[in-house]
Amino acid sequence: MATDYVIAKQVSKHFGHQQVLNQIDLTLPAGMIYGLIGPSGAGKTTLIKSILGMEAVDSGTVKVMDTVMPNRAVMAQVGYMAQSDALYETLTARENLTLFGQLMSVPKIKLAQMIDYAAGLVDLTSQLDKRVSGYSGGMRRRLSLAIALIQDPQLLILDEPTVGIDPELRQQIWTELNKLKDTGKSMLVTTHVMDEAERCDYLMLIRHGIALAEGTPAALKQQYAVDTIEQVFLKAGRMQDANDGNR
Amino acid sequence: MRTMAIVRRVFKQMLRDKRTLALMFLAPLLIMTLMYFLFQNNTTQVASLGVHHVDQSVVNVIDTKNVTIHHYDSSQARKMIKQHDLDGYLTQKNGQLTITYSNSNPTNTSLIKASLQSGLVKVKMKTLVTVTKKQRAALESQQAALKKLTAAQTQATVTKLKTAIAQAQARGDQATAEKLQKQLKQATATTSSSTQSAKATSYTTKSHYIYGSSDSTFFENFLPAFLGFFVFFFVFLISGVSLLNERTTGTLSRLLATPIRRSEIIMGYLIGYGGFAIIQTVLTVVFTITVFKIHLVGSIWLVFLTNLLLALVALTLGIFISTFANSEFQMIQFIPLIVVPQIFFAGLVPVDGMASWLQAIAHIMPLYYGANALTAVVTKGAGLGDIGVNLLILVGFMVVLTMLNIVGMKRYRKV
Ligand SMILES: Nc1ncnc2c1ncn2[C@@H]1O[C@H](COP(=O)(O)OP(=O)(O)O)[C@@H](O)[C@H]1O
Ligand SMILES: [Mg+2]
Repeated sequence: MATDYVIAKQVSKHFGHQQVLNQIDLTLPAGMIYGLIGPSGAGKTTLIKSILGMEAVDSGTVKVMDTVMPNRAVMAQVGYMAQSDALYETLTARENLTLFGQLMSVPKIKLAQMIDYAAGLVDLTSQLDKRVSGYSGGMRRRLSLAIALIQDPQLLILDEPTVGIDPELRQQIWTELNKLKDTGKSMLVTTHVMDEAERCDYLMLIRHGIALAEGTPAALKQQYAVDTIEQVFLKAGRMQDANDGNR
Repeated sequence: MRTMAIVRRVFKQMLRDKRTLALMFLAPLLIMTLMYFLFQNNTTQVASLGVHHVDQSVVNVIDTKNVTIHHYDSSQARKMIKQHDLDGYLTQKNGQLTITYSNSNPTNTSLIKASLQSGLVKVKMKTLVTVTKKQRAALESQQAALKKLTAAQTQATVTKLKTAIAQAQARGDQATAEKLQKQLKQATATTSSSTQSAKATSYTTKSHYIYGSSDSTFFENFLPAFLGFFVFFFVFLISGVSLLNERTTGTLSRLLATPIRRSEIIMGYLIGYGGFAIIQTVLTVVFTITVFKIHLVGSIWLVFLTNLLLALVALTLGIFISTFANSEFQMIQFIPLIVVPQIFFAGLVPVDGMASWLQAIAHIMPLYYGANALTAVVTKGAGLGDIGVNLLILVGFMVVLTMLNIVGMKRYRKV
């Protein structure tokens, strides 16, 4: 098996008095879709930013591609899609893609081809030369995903990639993600939509900054003796609250 | 070449934003034009002056295109001014002129003052001229008479001397003959010299101006400072708001999730917005020089260089300040705090005459150095050597602010 793309050990982080991440361990091998699920405010985004080296952690270590983070050069190998769309409104989709392609060191001769590929994947080919200011929420989300794919990275870190995207296209995107996985790429995906969790190879349930449980969806369902991931989540949450109450 | 990617983006965004472009390029021209007309010597302004019992010769000279004269039958200046809405009232008692100003409009007061003063000088000159004319005529006739007289006298002396010499020579008295010969020479010499001094010397006045020309106006004197101010103001505002937007929309954070260096982002901004600052400077400078016929003593390239440095300082300052603002409105709030005070230290008020603590403040204002350099180049033809210190200080400002900005971006990414 290839090396692990992400290895996070004992990552802790707090904002003010709030413990946002509490000794999180996470290992993401090659060729896997890893789902981070949890309610909003659980600390998913913070964990992702810590992995990328954009957020300073209090303790613990993160390695991406065998490199201790933070590291600037490794960024070129990671396709990142932020939770909120950060796009240049006055530029067209193509110009946004070009800019990030250049920043990601995509060779000039390959850039046009990569733009076509990424736009095709998210079904934006016909809208490429429209300005982003005229885009709908779903289109923006798809463009953000295309930007994450622009340099054809081995590792994709996607923060709530399918929010605001209609079910049909969501289906399509998941199919594409699975295809990418089959070429040996790995994805770290956060979501709070439970049916999406079912599509992941491996899940980590996170709540109040604590990793409640992890495993394949099937293993988790079996462990908690329920039928859906949603029920797993509810049960695990109740147990956490009960533990907190006992303390 | 990530820097160039940022530069291209800045250019594209600016070119798409037509309003901001217009603000940056046309607003300075508009304000310059307005200032040009505002600060021109206003020749159309007319002050009204009431007169009572004033010699016609005096009234004639005061009556210029800037002052209109109204005659009244009252010597009560205060009452007449109020009643007829005059700017001034002039009365005369024997040789004594009394002027009363309304002074509700200082410009009109000074117009009357100037007219009155120059008028009185004219009157004096006229009398002086008539007196001199009379004197000259008298003098000339006297001189003619004198000439005749001296000629006759000389003639008499000469003949007298000549006979005396002849007599002496006949006597064989050589010494006396020589002495008389000398006297004869002197007598003839005086006649020729006395004719020379009669010609009068007349002087013509020619004025020379070391800086500017006779029609140097307020506009021209403060133009250099304003050139600097415009660039500073617009670049500060536009770059500050632009980075602020980048921060609030999350694109800055997104940029830093790529392998770009923090310094590459700042450099991209410097080059991108610096480019627009150059265009703005060239446009404004060329416009003022060609349209208003402003006399530029020094090198136009030094003007461009100074403005570019000012723009870069404004740019880095704008980016720096934008980190303390959370909205565009908050960014605007920094203008009266950071930008407006600088104009006071840009030469509008002479810094040398300020209280020492104010002088200290002047020296932390980038525009103070920029305006100093610009004024020196435009009005005195200063060279690079003369303004070098000012420019170096601007570079210093820029370097320090750039460092602060690069460090400040660590908030968004640790490396
Ligand atoms: N920069 C920040 N300063 C203070 N608190 C923050 C900051 N970022 C996130 N938080 C807090 O950390 C917690 C986790 O946030 P986040 O990681 O965004 O959650 P999630 O992505 O799972 O919805 C939230 O309670 C949020 O309010
Ligand atoms: Mg989140």
